Amino acid sequence: MSDLTKLTLVESVKYIKEKKCSATELVNAYVKRIEKSDKLNCFNTKDLENAVNKAKKIDTNKKLDKTLVGAPIAVKDLFCTKGVKTTASSKILSNFTPTYESTVTEKLWNEDAILIGKLNSDEFAMGSSNETSSFGNVLNPYRLNNENLVPGGSSGGCASAVAADLTSATVGTDTGGSIRQPAAFTGIVGLKPTYGRCSRWGIVAFASSLDQAGPMTKDVKDAALILDVISGYDEKDSTSANKPKSSFLNSIKNNVKGLKVGVPKEYRVDDMPKEVDDLWQEGIKILKDNGAIIKDISLPHTKYALPAYYIIAPAEASSNLARYDGVRYGFRAEGKDLTEMYENTRSKGFGAEVKKRIMIGTYVLSSGYYDAYYLKAQKVRNLIKMDFDNAYKDVDVILTPTTPTAAFRFGEKTDDPIAMYLNDIFTVTANLAGLPAISLPIRCNKDGLPLALQLIGKSFDEQTLLNTAYSIEQQVNFKSQVKDWWM
Amino acid sequence: MSINKDTIKKISKLARISVTNDETDRLEKDLNSILKFVEQLKELNTDNVEPISSVSDQDLTMNKDEVKKINAKDDILKNAPEKNSNYYVVPKVIE
Repeated sequence: MSDLTKLTLVESVKYIKEKKCSATELVNAYVKRIEKSDKLNCFNTKDLENAVNKAKKIDTNKKLDKTLVGAPIAVKDLFCTKGVKTTASSKILSNFTPTYESTVTEKLWNEDAILIGKLNSDEFAMGSSNETSSFGNVLNPYRLNNENLVPGGSSGGCASAVAADLTSATVGTDTGGSIRQPAAFTGIVGLKPTYGRCSRWGIVAFASSLDQAGPMTKDVKDAALILDVISGYDEKDSTSANKPKSSFLNSIKNNVKGLKVGVPKEYRVDDMPKEVDDLWQEGIKILKDNGAIIKDISLPHTKYALPAYYIIAPAEASSNLARYDGVRYGFRAEGKDLTEMYENTRSKGFGAEVKKRIMIGTYVLSSGYYDAYYLKAQKVRNLIKMDFDNAYKDVDVILTPTTPTAAFRFGEKTDDPIAMYLNDIFTVTANLAGLPAISLPIRCNKDGLPLALQLIGKSFDEQTLLNTAYSIEQQVNFKSQVKDWWM
Repeated sequence: MSINKDTIKKISKLARISVTNDETDRLEKDLNSILKFVEQLKELNTDNVEPISSVSDQDLTMNKDEVKKINAKDDILKNAPEKNSNYYVVPKVIE
């Protein structure tokens, strides 16, 4: 293989174990590409020298038994990494160096994966285009007639880094679609596991009842491998699930015969582009041709998911982000007394989108409005969850598009918050109901931009999700159309 | 319900975020458009629906009651914007 960065994660690890290349060779191949890819602005922090040293150590020790041995992995800059700056892409954390490691990343390094850097995202994971980062926009490796496009968000740096071969795989976080929507925009696989499947310990919190870490990878098998490593009960996160699990990767199979697939009519939204509807029909046909049983289903409260989300997520965020007060860590702006110091710190430290969401959250939780907004949204959340409970009496998995459109231009949706929020219309339901969901690239549209379908599974049934996605992947055989225009 | 400039001032006080007049104009526009959007929920009758704060059906477990010594004081204090020996320093609270 001339270019090691084109390998999937599974292939990379196999190469190292079979000594087709050394860990140092693999890491160096990525380092070389990363150094030529600053234009994409994927990285908040690069950790290249340490990465090379770790690779050399692996080569010297000659112990190649670990699951991810030698795999260079950059992670979203929302995971606390001990001794490596962790910013959540916010000015308020721009000088924060954690003294501890998040559970998810610790699990990666325990399997001898190698940290190569921290990836840009929307500030505190709030955004759908990576335009709210304090450290600048991330560019999508896909372009429209030489014009730059957003990578999606909030895990935009993760998505572009995988699509541009700057990391062998990555982990992002998903609160309303932040793994799946950018995965769709960049032609990669993104999996949001069931709420509780992975520990949230050490992840900068956005909305604690919705946040979940998950793999963003070149293909479905890579996603299964990462999920095998990062999932599991953690006593440091009381919401992490104490469920037995076997290897998702070893259990993966290309067989959808008899599988009952639900197609929810409520996801056929007004003014959905024809190419997205066609894509959906294509997915239905592939599954049908391979022996799956297609069933029309109804998830009647779908249209209320996004409004409920925009009460619940900001409410939780306003509470979680109260800790950024300029006292113990992070940025501080001076003030004449303590209160003014708080107010100036938070005013100068947070960007516009984060402030907006804290304000909405504070409002819906404030005295006199709590019942009308927050309590109402919690009830609607239950209705949405019950929609899925009912649907899963008849079907095993649900098929929808991931996003209503392909990737868009910078600035196209920044003036209207609702237009931006509508990006998450198909993804947000899985967060509210806590269900696992995967985005899978299917093909490129006539402009050469990736389009993706989403599968939503039953609680803790990531295996069916991975099997179904794997079967579709084998049929569509999506190939990256990324041309290295930035190098 | 809609939000006016006075409400923005009140929320910004609660949230401990100072806002400039320019920011208030933009926030008034954006927050009202978001509120209008979320008010669709009023169409739904939820009288007999239980509110949920989480989807987890798992009971909270108890961890072992044991002392774990983590002596990272110096490292932790490295992140402080202002410190004096082993203390965080903040502007004067009591006159």
